[in-house]
Amino acid sequence: MKNEWPLWEVFIRGQHGMSHRHVGSLHAPDAEMAIKNARDVYTRRNEGVSIWVVEANNISASSPSDKGPLYEPSESKVYRHPTFFDIPDDVGAM
Amino acid sequence: MYAQMVQSEATEEDPAKLGEFQAKIDADIKIEPKDWMPQGYRKTLIRQIGQHAHSEIVGQLPEANWITRAPTLERKAILLAKVQDEAGHGLYLYCAAETLGVSRDEITEMLLDGRMKYSSIFNYPTLTWADVGAVGWLVDGAAIMNQVPLQRTSYGPYSRAMIRICKEESFHQRQGYDAIRKMAEGTAEQRRMAQDALNRFWYPSLMMFGPSDKDSVHSAQSMAWKIKMNTNDELRQKFVDQTVPQAEYLGLTIPDPQLKWNEDRGHYDFSEPDWAEFFDVIKGNGPCNVDRLAARNKAWDDGQWVRDGLLAHAKKKRAGKVAAE
Ligand SMILES: [Fe+2]
Ligand SMILES: [Fe+2]
Ligand SMILES: [Fe+2]
Repeated sequence: MKNEWPLWEVFIRGQHGMSHRHVGSLHAPDAEMAIKNARDVYTRRNEGVSIWVVEANNISASSPSDKGPLYEPSESKVYRHPTFFDIPDDVGAM
Repeated sequence: MYAQMVQSEATEEDPAKLGEFQAKIDADIKIEPKDWMPQGYRKTLIRQIGQHAHSEIVGQLPEANWITRAPTLERKAILLAKVQDEAGHGLYLYCAAETLGVSRDEITEMLLDGRMKYSSIFNYPTLTWADVGAVGWLVDGAAIMNQVPLQRTSYGPYSRAMIRICKEESFHQRQGYDAIRKMAEGTAEQRRMAQDALNRFWYPSLMMFGPSDKDSVHSAQSMAWKIKMNTNDELRQKFVDQTVPQAEYLGLTIPDPQLKWNEDRGHYDFSEPDWAEFFDVIKGNGPCNVDRLAARNKAWDDGQWVRDGLLAHAKKKRAGKVAAE
């Protein structure tokens, strides 16, 4: 049996009001230590106001090979973009 | 607005904590789910965000009414995409509400049994295709007026949901204006339909901003907490000022003989909507209240076996995986 610490993905809120963003990962024995380590590894220059850690094996991700079927359908929906519609200049911003 | 007449909850808490909390808000520091917050702030936000979410969801119904009858395949695809966005808006907002400690099912049930409200505007019917244009132009236009300032609201998850929503709203308003413009520039009969749609949606759109400031008793606390950013009358005036030139361009007449540019104020003077009608619609007596709630209740009941089935399937899969390990 391996005795390796699990991998944690680290998310930092850079500024008040912003979403947490993924910044990287690290190993730690538990969530509490992961947050402490993340503080040291990722926020030494005041980069954050809040930290989230998630054990990496709890993250499910889409597979890169599904890129086509997942995202191509939205490419043909040009009308989802406001610029698809001609709005006369006289009526102001819309 | 999408959240009309949201009552602010009184708060009885440690004055020192309250002071610190207000100082944070005054300094434009966002409140996040795990931060301390007054009970009143939490309750008022659940009510407001919930009402906003319910409005997005119920608001799909009047437009969905025309998806199968859109005049062209292109208009159908556009309308479908627009209604799909509204479903997304509802979901962003429900998630924001859930961060305050209310569950999705709880808040849904409060809509279904009438304990929570949605915007009065969605209790009016869409009788013709021109109404679909009018809804995008006027109803989404009024919603944008309110949602743009809410991007700066004090509660982080609400603010971030608003930012996402605002990015998508411009498409909504523009497709509506484009659709009604086609009618206004069309045959005499199409013009008549466009004018009729404006006639019926004008005052209900003005009501979206909620009662006049002099009758709006809950504003002060919500404004201090920055969960309401402007007064109802401010936003209503802004909406009128923005919309009148858009109607003029279409050659349509705003159904208000008192409407007049006021040089001194630098704004249009206009007639107030019929507030007795507004309160009546809020109470449940609008033309479509019964239909709307019935449609939501039916969707919820009819979906029960799907929710149960998928959950049972997920549990089975998980059990299989555990057994294999
Ligand atoms: Fe929306
Ligand atoms: Fe919209
Ligand atoms: Fe909306």
